[in-house]
Amino acid sequence: MRAIGIILAGGNNHRMKELSQKRAIAAMPIAGSYRSIDFALSNMTNSRIQRVGVFTQYNARSLNEHLSSSKWWDFGRKQGGLSVFTPTVTNENSSWYRGTADAIYQNLDFLKESHEPYVVIASGDCVYKMDYNKVLEYHIAKKADITVVCKDMPAGENVDRYGILRMNEESRIQDFEEKPIVANSNTISCGIYVIRRRQLIELIEKTAEEGQFDFVKDILIRYKNLKRIYGYKMQDYWKNIATVEDYFNANMDFLKPDIRDYFFRQYPDIYSKVDDLPPAKYNVGAKIRNSLISSGSIINGVVEDSVIFKDVFVGNNCTIKNSIILNDVYIGDNTYIENCIVESHDTIRANSYHKGEGDIKIVVEKNDRFVI
Amino acid sequence: MIKKEMIAMLLAGGQGSRLGVLTAKVAKPAVAFGGKYRIIDFPLSNCINSGVDTVGVLTQYQPLRLNTHIGIGIPWDLDRNIGGVSVLPPYEKSKDTEWYTGTANAIYQNIEYMDSFNPDYVLILSGDHIYKMDYEVMLDYHKEKGAEVTLAAMPVPLEEAKRFGILITDEDRKINDFEEKPENPRSNLASMGIYIFNWKTLKEALIANASQPSLDFGKHVIPYCHGNGAPCYAYEFNGYWKDVGTLNSYWEANMELIDIVPEFNLYEEYWKIYTKSDVLPPQYISADSEIEKCIIGEGSQIYGKVYNSVIGCGVTIGEGTVVRDSIIMNHAEIGAGCELNKAIIAEQVQIGDNVKLGVGEEVENETDPHIYNHGLVAIGEKSVVPSNVSVGKNSVVSGITAAEDYPDNYLPSGKTLVKAGDKA
Repeated sequence: MRAIGIILAGGNNHRMKELSQKRAIAAMPIAGSYRSIDFALSNMTNSRIQRVGVFTQYNARSLNEHLSSSKWWDFGRKQGGLSVFTPTVTNENSSWYRGTADAIYQNLDFLKESHEPYVVIASGDCVYKMDYNKVLEYHIAKKADITVVCKDMPAGENVDRYGILRMNEESRIQDFEEKPIVANSNTISCGIYVIRRRQLIELIEKTAEEGQFDFVKDILIRYKNLKRIYGYKMQDYWKNIATVEDYFNANMDFLKPDIRDYFFRQYPDIYSKVDDLPPAKYNVGAKIRNSLISSGSIINGVVEDSVIFKDVFVGNNCTIKNSIILNDVYIGDNTYIENCIVESHDTIRANSYHKGEGDIKIVVEKNDRFVI
Repeated sequence: MIKKEMIAMLLAGGQGSRLGVLTAKVAKPAVAFGGKYRIIDFPLSNCINSGVDTVGVLTQYQPLRLNTHIGIGIPWDLDRNIGGVSVLPPYEKSKDTEWYTGTANAIYQNIEYMDSFNPDYVLILSGDHIYKMDYEVMLDYHKEKGAEVTLAAMPVPLEEAKRFGILITDEDRKINDFEEKPENPRSNLASMGIYIFNWKTLKEALIANASQPSLDFGKHVIPYCHGNGAPCYAYEFNGYWKDVGTLNSYWEANMELIDIVPEFNLYEEYWKIYTKSDVLPPQYISADSEIEKCIIGEGSQIYGKVYNSVIGCGVTIGEGTVVRDSIIMNHAEIGAGCELNKAIIAEQVQIGDNVKLGVGEEVENETDPHIYNHGLVAIGEKSVVPSNVSVGKNSVVSGITAAEDYPDNYLPSGKTLVKAGDKA
């Protein structure tokens, strides 16, 4: 492959509410058996990118645990491999990553010591399948300096948390605004970029000299008239999960047969860390309707229109509706849960009642699981 | 210098012919079990959980599935710089090349492999039992007793003892005598086919008996050691241990996993069973389905009703289909409106719509009544069953079958239908 990969798995934000406390968004569990970053990682390995750097600084324990071995994505190679870059204190620098460009600047050796001519930058909080080679070919054909993967959102959808761009007939980007109050286009940036490695090093060094830190604001937007920045339109499924609502909807999307088929059954596969869990078990009293259930779970109650993640126990006479139950949750008998996201490792006492009215309710309950 | 205190040799070369069509294309240790596992996962997981990190797997019969499953041993953490898992097929020698002609002969042909690890002890395992056992505890026992050979053994009901190799011991569990499948057993302590040998003792015995045709542990090597005065001890094991050598015992062992708290519990954090997972996504259960008392593997899609069954990974069960008391292995596809009773569906089978399996009277199987019995229906790997046909009990179907193979759309109980071909 002619490119190395960078995955920006940096942060979290207030839009994730309580879900942000534990982990970076890139480590959010998704679709029952995966974590968000699996999509970018699998896309990279399926695009035959062999050397990947993951940049992170927000509560990285979950993420580090997930990435503790690179073998699940086939990155355990002599050529290349998977590196995780968290901020470190050095002689010259003792600050956190002050932005995406700064994160790359602080680890510029990773770029300098590679020999592949191109870099694919992706973020770890999006759900999609993509062959980055297609973008790279487009990038070369357009003789672009930077190519930005973008997508047309349905008219009327609120796009104010994305980068908004406008292209001319040749697909060269004319306008690029980050999170505008009023958007003048519904084409958004997917946070996936292709750029020549030397070009990136040059831009990052210059930006750092000028005391600026952000890849989008300080490079893409500032240079858009000077450099040839092109947009590549993506047609397939793509979803960013960085708000509670989008996170919830992205999970629920997997209940749709076409989306399930696209991600789970069609080539290429999405890979994830293997947890060695036994098959899911359904005891007497289990009633499941239109739901995804993951391995290691034991179900004794009613589950409807929900996504149950790994290692979940649902007690007798429980009802779970239109909810997401994250990994390793214990739900005591006679509990009712509707319109909720139940945080991982929760222990919910018997006879509990949780219902999201209007909004999705996030349930965080840390009780002792076994009373002796 | 390379040194391992104990290494394991896992006998996985047998066909397991009593599993009938299930082992027509794969060796018995590679047969699926418990939804997502294969039989060999149990001894392999026991090894790594017991701290035995060097395992030689002896293969001979239909090894492809086993080879791809084991690979370099990643799922069991047996990918090691020194040791790890090695697949050991028979190989050509400058003279006297032969297949593995017996259990001990297979080990004999791999003396060089074992010697390379300079072991003190060698653990002999077979790849066809379902159990969890800490071999390290057995080794401690072996050392404590000053034994040269230790045989794991479990008490069985006296009336069943005649199916096993029986050990007769003194009160210190020192073995005085052996009986192979005795008519009138003098003890109920059955050998489980799990042995620990001092390497020196084993090597000497293998070389001394090298010319014995079909050299076997139970028949030749252990009696030889015992005869030479090597102290042999029985290590009593009282946990769950199941020989899944027959179709019915295989079916039973699967069904036992479904109990609320099964005797053999896969859900314990301690002593995990590892397997190669090639399917990751969660399973989907549709709005019109019903599921009760089942275990279901990853990535399966259930649109029908499933009761009291063990379903593998990547299985599709169509709308309106009712499955009862059945085992369905990985990547099988069951059409809509079917009815399955006590069926064992092997991997990648394709079953059309409105198919009924396991209907009608109990009739003894015409060709292999000792294999196909207890009302089970077995469908071989990659077979195709057309829509709108019925199949009786104690029957077996294998290969690509078409409607004309079923006169009046019905294969009566006790029939064997074997056709050529695999599902593409």
